[in-house]
Amino acid sequence: MEAPQHSGSSYIVIDAERCKGCHLCVSVCPKGIIAPASYTNQKGYILAEVIAAKAQECTGCTACALICPDAAISVYRHSRVLSPAAR
Amino acid sequence: MPKKILMAGNIAIAEGAILAGCQAYFGYPITPQNELLEHMAKRMPEEGRVFVQTESELAAISMLYGAAAAGCRAMTSTSSPGFSLQQEGISYMAGAELPAVLVNVMRGGPGLGNIGGAQGDYFQATKGGGHGDYRLINLAPASAQEMMDLTMLAFELADKYRNPVVLLTDGFLGQAMEPVIIRQPVTELPDKPWAITGAAGRPKNVINSFEMEPANFQPRVSLLLQKFERIKQNEVRYQGIHLDDASLVIVAYGSASRSALTALKMARQKGLRVGLLRPITLFPFPYQILADLAQKVSDFLVAELSSGQFIEDVKLAVGLDKRVELASQYGGVPLAPETILETIERMSKVTIGR
Amino acid sequence: MTLDTPELDTVLYHKPEALEDYPFHFCPGCGHGIVFRLIAEVIDELKIKERAVCVASIGCTVTSYHYFNFDGLESAHGRAPAVATAIKRCRPNLVPFTYQGDGDLAAIGTAEIVHACARGENITTIFANNAIYGMTGGQMAPTTLLGMYSTSTPGGRQPSRAGYPIRVCEMLSTLDGPAYVARVSVHNPAAVRKAKQAIKLAFRAQLANLGMSLVEVLSPCPTNWRVEPVKAMDWLVEHLLPQYPLGEYKVIPAVADLKKESRRA
Repeated sequence: MEAPQHSGSSYIVIDAERCKGCHLCVSVCPKGIIAPASYTNQKGYILAEVIAAKAQECTGCTACALICPDAAISVYRHSRVLSPAAR
Repeated sequence: MPKKILMAGNIAIAEGAILAGCQAYFGYPITPQNELLEHMAKRMPEEGRVFVQTESELAAISMLYGAAAAGCRAMTSTSSPGFSLQQEGISYMAGAELPAVLVNVMRGGPGLGNIGGAQGDYFQATKGGGHGDYRLINLAPASAQEMMDLTMLAFELADKYRNPVVLLTDGFLGQAMEPVIIRQPVTELPDKPWAITGAAGRPKNVINSFEMEPANFQPRVSLLLQKFERIKQNEVRYQGIHLDDASLVIVAYGSASRSALTALKMARQKGLRVGLLRPITLFPFPYQILADLAQKVSDFLVAELSSGQFIEDVKLAVGLDKRVELASQYGGVPLAPETILETIERMSKVTIGR
Repeated sequence: MTLDTPELDTVLYHKPEALEDYPFHFCPGCGHGIVFRLIAEVIDELKIKERAVCVASIGCTVTSYHYFNFDGLESAHGRAPAVATAIKRCRPNLVPFTYQGDGDLAAIGTAEIVHACARGENITTIFANNAIYGMTGGQMAPTTLLGMYSTSTPGGRQPSRAGYPIRVCEMLSTLDGPAYVARVSVHNPAAVRKAKQAIKLAFRAQLANLGMSLVEVLSPCPTNWRVEPVKAMDWLVEHLLPQYPLGEYKVIPAVADLKKESRRA
C-alpha cells in the first residue's frame, strides 16, 4: 500500500435513495473509481458505488458531485492521517 | 353635505381602488376603459404605488396573480375581448385562492364587436369563463357613485373570501360623468400570513393550484365550493323600487337598470303599478327575493343589454309558471326607456283585471 | 481500511441547504436536477434564502417550489416573468427568479420574457433549454433542432412545416433592458462550474438592481432524446452546442465590475 500523496485521502458518500443510476458520475470520475453497483435501491435503480479496491485513489475533486442530477453525492476529506492499520 | 365631484365612471373606479388601498395596478389599453388606465398611470406613482402598462391582458392577469400572491391589494381593468384573454389566469387565481379585483367595462360583442356599452359577457363573468369548478363574486354598479363604492367593496370581499371579484360594468357607465361623493380611504388592510413575503422567521409559503393526485385535489375544490356557499348566504345585495304595490316587476342591472328606472317612472305616470328589482350582486344572484316577489307578482320584465343571458337567472328564480318577457338591445346599441315602456304597456293590456 | 467519519472530516461537497430533503422526481440523468442544485448552492452562498422566491412555470419543473425550502409559487404556462415582475415591483426586497423550460419561455411565454427584458425588470430567469417538450412526452419545442426527431416531428423537424429553432440569448441580448444574458451548459463538470458562476452572477446582478438577468442552460433530456444519460451528454455536445453557442451575450459594464470583484474576493 503506497502512502497517499497527501495527509488525508478523500471519499464520497452516495445517497442510495436519491441516486437514480444514471451513472454520469461513473463517466466523469477522472480516476475511474466509480462503477455501477451490483444491487439496486428501493426504486429499482442500479446504483453507482466506489470500487472498494480503488477507494484510496479518490482525490476529492468533486467532479462526481458536480455532475450528479440528484444531489446524491457528498464528498469528504479525512481530517487526520489514516488509522495505523490502514497504512 | 359631503363634497361631490363630477366624475366619469372609469375615473371613479380608479379613485375607488386607490381609496381602498390598491397597491398595484396592471392594465392594457382597450376602449372603453382607457381613461381608467391613464388615470392610474398618473395617480399610482403619485401614491408611491405600482403601475405597469403590460404587453397584453395575459401579462396583466399574471402580474395581478403575482401581486396578489405577494399579499398586495391589486387590480386590473379591461373590456370584453381582454376579459376573455384573462380567463385562464382568473381560473388560476380562483384555484390558488388569491384575492384581486377585475374590472370589465363591457362592450359590444362577440368578436371585435364595437366600443358601445353592452352586457354580453354576463354568462362569462357570472358562470365562470375559465376552466374548472369556481365562481367569481360579481358586483354590478349602476352609477358613477357605485363605480367607486363597489370597487371599494370588491377589494373588501376579495380579501374576505380570498377570491377574485369582478366589477361588471359597461362602456356607458364608464364614460358617463355624474356627481360622486369621495369616500374615506381605507386605513386598515388585512394581514396575509399565507402570502409570498420571503420565508424569514417562518416556514416557507407555497401558492399553487396544482395537485397531480385527483383524490388529493378534490378536497381542495370542496373547500372552494364551501366558500361559494358562504358567499351565497352572506353577500347577496340588491335594490328594490316600488315593489310593495307592483303588479309587474322589471328586473335589470347596471346601465340597463337606469333605462328601466326611467320607464318605471313613465309607466307610473300612466297609472301602471310597476316596480324594479335591481341586483347589485350578480353572483351571488338574488334568487330568494325574486322567488318571494313571485308569490304575489306574476309578470316580470327583464331589461338587459344582451340577447337573453341575464333572463335565465330570473326565470330560475321566479319559476316557469310566471310570465317573464325580455326588453333588450345588444351589440353595443343602448336600450331606450321607451322600448321598455312599450313592453310594459303590451304586457299590462293582456293582464288587465288579473 | 479507512475510517469514514463524515462528522469529523472536512466537507468538500454536500447537498445545498436550500434544497429540501426529498428526492427529485426527474428522470435519471435529467439536467434540471443539476440546475436546481446550482441554484440552491448560489442561494446558500449569497445567503438570500429568506428573500428568494421560486416562480415556477409549467413543464417537468412544475413543482419546483416543492424542492426549494424557501417561498415559491406556480404560474400559468409562459407567464412566470409577469408573475415575477409583479412580485419584485410589489416587494422589491424579495429575490424572485423564474425557472422555465424552452416550451414555457420560447413558445407560449415569448411575449412575457421579451417584455420583462424590454422593461429591464429586476428579476432573474433561469431558462433550461433541452430542445424538447419533456413533461408532455417529447413533442417539438421552439428550440428543437432541424431534422431532430420529436413525437410531433416524426420525420425530423422540417422548416417548411415547423419553422426554425430560436436562439433566445441572441434574440434577447438585442434589448436594452437586460443587464446580463448568458448561455451555459451542464454537459460535464467543468461546464457545470461555469454554469454556476453565470447563475451566481445573474443573482448578484439582481441584488445590485442592475436590471434583467437571464441564464440559458443547455440541459440533457435522456428520456425524450431516447438516449441513455451518459450518451445524452455527448449528444448535447455534438448537436446542441453548435446550434446554441455558449457564451455571455450581454454583460453591461456594472455587471462586468461585479465579475471583477468576485475574482478578487
